[in-house]
Amino acid sequence: MTGDDTRHLPIEDLHQAAGARFGAFAGWSMPLTYPPGVMKEHLHTREHAGLFDISHMKLFEVSGPGAAVLLNRACPLDAGALGISQSKYTFFLNEAAGIIDDLIVTRLGDDRFMVVANAGNAVEDEKHLRALAADFDAKVEPLDRVFLAIQGPDAWAALARAGIETGSLLFMHGIEPRQNWFMSRSGYTGEDGFEIGLPEKDARDLVVKLLADERVQWIGLAARDSLRLEAGLCLHGHDLTPEIDPASAGLMWAISKDVRAAGHFIGADALRSILERGPSQKRVGLKPDGRQPVRAGAALVDADGNPAGHVTSGGFGPSTGHPVAMGYVDTALAKAGTKLFADVRGTKIPIDVTSLPFTPHRYRKG
Amino acid sequence: MAKTYFTQDHEWLRVEGGVAIVGITDYAQEQLGDLVFVELPEIGRKLAKGDTAVVVESVKAASDVYAPVDGEITEANASLSADPSLVNSAATGDGWLWKMKLSDESQLDSLMDEAAYKAHIG
Repeated sequence: MTGDDTRHLPIEDLHQAAGARFGAFAGWSMPLTYPPGVMKEHLHTREHAGLFDISHMKLFEVSGPGAAVLLNRACPLDAGALGISQSKYTFFLNEAAGIIDDLIVTRLGDDRFMVVANAGNAVEDEKHLRALAADFDAKVEPLDRVFLAIQGPDAWAALARAGIETGSLLFMHGIEPRQNWFMSRSGYTGEDGFEIGLPEKDARDLVVKLLADERVQWIGLAARDSLRLEAGLCLHGHDLTPEIDPASAGLMWAISKDVRAAGHFIGADALRSILERGPSQKRVGLKPDGRQPVRAGAALVDADGNPAGHVTSGGFGPSTGHPVAMGYVDTALAKAGTKLFADVRGTKIPIDVTSLPFTPHRYRKG
Repeated sequence: MAKTYFTQDHEWLRVEGGVAIVGITDYAQEQLGDLVFVELPEIGRKLAKGDTAVVVESVKAASDVYAPVDGEITEANASLSADPSLVNSAATGDGWLWKMKLSDESQLDSLMDEAAYKAHIG
């Protein structure tokens, strides 16, 4: 079923025991669904708590006296301005301001940072960061961890019952609660939740404790995708690519005014000139009429049949009860309420430009 | 007396009087997961064996369902428009996809019976 190069999760046996159906993603064999199925898994996460194995994602520790300046070069970020335990959503950009990867950087100490990167880009990210690190007094260390996410309104209570207090930790903050653990209040579902990197042995103990709580269920990659799409969150490789810049992607909120104006990050000049003339395309939410999903790759046209853009993610939203999608359209067509058409196997499906997210975020910010 | 056949692509056909009711097997619906949309065929459409007859869409992906034999569509299961999950809950019953008039009943000889299909999916 899988080739020799396929990577396997360290606790794959637990997923097998839970009845997971596996599929390939970013070079990994990943649980796609469990016996309840994507619909129930998705809804369970929004109502209670979903447990996800995201060990395919990569944790890098960046440390040393030059760590902050290294990150300021690699990302449109002022790493030194982050408070200890503060996290920031940011990017690695290329010289054209294209997004090599989107990441979360957390400040762990005066000169220590945690970088969480996507599975599909982990190898490139490491190369990129190491090449840059040669110019700075900084060390880049990929960590060998199991990485779990627990997401949903009951996530904090389930962790508390498992002996992990989360009370003072707010959204987009991360700490090291135990030796070789990293825990942040963040996620990829739009719900309150946590991501925890920890050694395999500790992870096995934690999983058993969490699953003993009836509010907690394993959730597969299929529901992870529908949850993030409803939450309007980008998937790198689909909604973000090295050909797309943060301004087109509508992600300039992730770059502070000072960094925009004066940052020395790779791609700064290109990004400034894109901002000056305005991006030609913009990322938008798209709501198809009716029940038929419109998927990634579908072409968009305006009422006269002129090319308008394309869909980068699309599927069905179990919580919204209708198909949901996002994509890029010409800036003139990016206003919410604009009526377009998507080409699905030769049929033109009416589709409305809409604001994101489809499902309101429920982060715990304070 | 209706006779039921199965294909390598996990479809079933219930044939009586030169007309086949076609659907996907329980094994297939399990593999696909929760269906959210079924694109039904037009009545009167002529299909050759292997043509895409129906597209079933799960939360995550769209999958083609092929015509298992040559024939002409005589009916599509309209109740799937309102409730595509019938294919999940009753794949071999109320979740049938279409009916077709067969043009060459000898093509049925190459299909499997239930015992052979069960062996096929292991």
